Amino acid sequence: MPKHTFRVNGEQVTVDVADDVRLLWVLRDLLGITGPKYGCGINVCKACTSHLNGNAVNPCAIPVNDLEPTDEVTTIEGLAATVDQDLHPMQRAWLEQDVAQCGYCQPGQIMAAVALVREVTAHGRELTEADLDGIRNICRCGTYPRIREAIKSGAKEM
Amino acid sequence: MPGSDGAAIGRRRFLGFVIAAPTLVAAAELTRPESAAATPTPVAGQVPSPEITKIVDLTDMMTAATLPTAGLIRVEVHEDGTVSFALPRAEVGQGITTSTAMLIAEEMDVPLDRVRVTLADARPELVFNQITGASNTTHSTYTPIRTAAAIARLRLLEAAATVLGSAASELTVRAGVIADRAGNSVPFGDLAAKAATDRTEQVSVELKEAKDFSVIGTPRNRIDAVAAVTGRKKFTMDLDVPDAKSTMVCRAPTINGTVESAANLAEVRGMPGVTDVAVVSTGVAVRAETFGQCVDAVRALRVSWKPGTAEGKSDESVLDELRAAELPLGPRPPVANVDERFTFYFRSNSALEPNCAIADVRADRAEIWSGLKSPIVAKQEIAVKLGLPLTRVTVHVTDSGGSFGRRLFYDAALEAAEISQQFGKPVKLMWHRADDSRQGRTHPMCISRVRATYAGNTVLTYRQRHTSVATDLGHGFGEIVTALAARLPVGDIGFSETFFQLSQEMSYKFGASTRWLNETDKGFNTGSMRNVYSPDATCARELVVDQLAGKMNKDPYQFRREFLRDDRAKAVLDKVAEVGSWGRQMPANTAQGIAFHAEYKSVSAALVEIDCRPETVNREIRDGVAGPRVTKVVFAVDVGLAVNPRGLEAQMMGCICDGIALTLTSSLHLRDGHFLEASWDNYFYTRQWNTPPELQIIVMPNTSEQPGGAGELGVAPSMAAVACAYGRATGTMPTSFPINHDTLSFEPKPTIPPVPESPTDGIRRAR
Ligand code: FES
Ligand code: FES
Repeated sequence: MPKHTFRVNGEQVTVDVADDVRLLWVLRDLLGITGPKYGCGINVCKACTSHLNGNAVNPCAIPVNDLEPTDEVTTIEGLAATVDQDLHPMQRAWLEQDVAQCGYCQPGQIMAAVALVREVTAHGRELTEADLDGIRNICRCGTYPRIREAIKSGAKEM
Repeated sequence: MPGSDGAAIGRRRFLGFVIAAPTLVAAAELTRPESAAATPTPVAGQVPSPEITKIVDLTDMMTAATLPTAGLIRVEVHEDGTVSFALPRAEVGQGITTSTAMLIAEEMDVPLDRVRVTLADARPELVFNQITGASNTTHSTYTPIRTAAAIARLRLLEAAATVLGSAASELTVRAGVIADRAGNSVPFGDLAAKAATDRTEQVSVELKEAKDFSVIGTPRNRIDAVAAVTGRKKFTMDLDVPDAKSTMVCRAPTINGTVESAANLAEVRGMPGVTDVAVVSTGVAVRAETFGQCVDAVRALRVSWKPGTAEGKSDESVLDELRAAELPLGPRPPVANVDERFTFYFRSNSALEPNCAIADVRADRAEIWSGLKSPIVAKQEIAVKLGLPLTRVTVHVTDSGGSFGRRLFYDAALEAAEISQQFGKPVKLMWHRADDSRQGRTHPMCISRVRATYAGNTVLTYRQRHTSVATDLGHGFGEIVTALAARLPVGDIGFSETFFQLSQEMSYKFGASTRWLNETDKGFNTGSMRNVYSPDATCARELVVDQLAGKMNKDPYQFRREFLRDDRAKAVLDKVAEVGSWGRQMPANTAQGIAFHAEYKSVSAALVEIDCRPETVNREIRDGVAGPRVTKVVFAVDVGLAVNPRGLEAQMMGCICDGIALTLTSSLHLRDGHFLEASWDNYFYTRQWNTPPELQIIVMPNTSEQPGGAGELGVAPSMAAVACAYGRATGTMPTSFPINHDTLSFEPKPTIPPVPESPTDGIRRAR
């Protein structure tokens, strides 16, 4: 079977699996990295949101063969290490607002939030209500208002 | 109503046990003996006026059902100074592990972060007392848990007295450390073994007075919050059970269809990663190295299907069935009246975590992991299905990624057990989102007919006829009711009716009031969805209340205020009216709405502002529904005693998001025996673009020493207030829900194969 090499949360990994298996299953089923969640498998719910080279992506829609050895995948498990802290400022904001209910969507929400703030900052502008309206991640527990508050306060600390 | 709690032997004195063990274990019975006044006198065959919910409500009924149980719950103190407790309930996001830890921290004077609350395995000896439903958890466990914790504290004090050589009465407890007056101290951990006993004995203890509370009633963060935000929180599919490989089922194109024949099992068995393929009772099961390979295998299967249980049915045909089953209201009365019929389409109670379970079934035993709200029934049914004795089946209750009624059932656990037995291997079963949406349980479609008569300023009669596709309540709940129905003043009208009667309270002084439920068609996979009958029934009622107010030329708020019976009800209504500036000037096509709901010994009110201007309604949302925007919600809730106000706020926030979706956007469309929705971009639950930018939730000051139910009760008033606001903004009262149901806002996915292919373009944005 083909071998695929890339980086996950700061470490080089090699997996032996068919080319078209989506990254989500490589992470969860083969590497045991379970922070990214399954909610749809078709790039809709955003529960699996992780970062690829710092940008938000949905691993349920990425065949593992698309990854290069230098590609850096960051899941919620590796987020804090990107800022060399125990918790990323966005995670701390999440705790302050006590956002999580069941928690299932929350890794994806946080990864999406961090990427959004980075993107807005890269464009040299402030976060707007429209930016928050544009977040597609489902939260079936309905934590949306607290998510908005957490992103606003997390953004200030990033 | 059952006024006394726990084994009460005085107003605040309760009986429990210390249990023989190497370190301290204190216990109490998870029961609430009834007080003398608790048993209502049965009145055969009729629902009496006045309100039976005033005599006994659902909370009382479930609590009363726990009486014959003998199971103990145990608080254990460990040598590292931590305290642990296995809660016989399911944590599905409602925060009961946190509120439970708070009760223990309060009674023991131990820091909250030193209390570990886990979920107990299925414990059949608890009989009816291991069901998480009807917002009953805090209500039924409040006193027993505190009793066990107080006994633990008492024993620790006695042990400390020996160690410190000082009378127990001279000692103080703070933050898990016991000190004498001279300043010598000993931590709980050092006393864990010394306070233990080798003989189980009964102990009586006094509980803290409410005025001395320093934890209960204070806002606390979730004890599992760090695990949730770091990805460490483990849900069923995250568990690493050896050899439990990814497993999915290829399901029929119509509801509950079964396999006639499968053409290419051998070919699919040879696909990359696939280990097993077999026909099972619900379809064709496949097991593979990854779920991705399961998806491919499911898509490759060529199966011919037998018809399902709703063959050929559609929204229109079910509506006809419902109209035909509606109990007659008789001819229109000769007095002034409001007479309306409301339609509520099927809705999905899918959580974000789909149905899933792990099963490891061997010849002589089985072990199951799943998020289960009624694990005892699950265990019993799995044992029967597998042909194993009950004692050879272990059922672990895992943290659930949401429930909304779904996890009262154990569809995935039962299916995983069957598949594991058939394959002779452990399986990790996951339902695809498309399966979860199309074959999973739904909130039944229903109609609610309301007729109210009035004269002058008096409402003479209020009659409601609720007609619904049958709600499956057969998750063990039924047993409770069967056991109790004879003692209730509802005669033999059956379980659903009983449930309906008990959950629907008439809070207004509306003369003669009756409400009846009639059910039809058992062909659908249904279940109660968060707040069961109340959102629909309350929405219908509150819209009629607005109509009545209009007929009497009264303001909707003032009308409600005038007709509400009790002061707690008026207080929440006044609160939202005041904080939400009821009656303020609003631009055209925008409006306020107000609604009230009482249930589970709790009262709540919602004030909503909605924007129905064309530029808002028609704003562009990719693959989503825009529609009217709820711009502001003010919500007030009084649950008697709020154990964790911050958690209660979170629950109400979720209820509000549910209510918005129920009125405006979310429904399933039934066509030709199947539901069209197969994705979160088909089923329009509230998204960020529907979220109210302004939200204020007010937890009212405590009005009781007992906590009422909280997890669900906010859905009904939220749904109703949004509907009332929509009616006032557009000038047309909505009568069909959700309001956008008649427009199909997506392209339905095929039903064969039953699951969509995973996309391959996810990387485009990343480099
Ligand atoms: S699982 Fe990846 S977006 Fe839903
Ligand atoms: S917290 Fe449960 S789905 Fe978001």
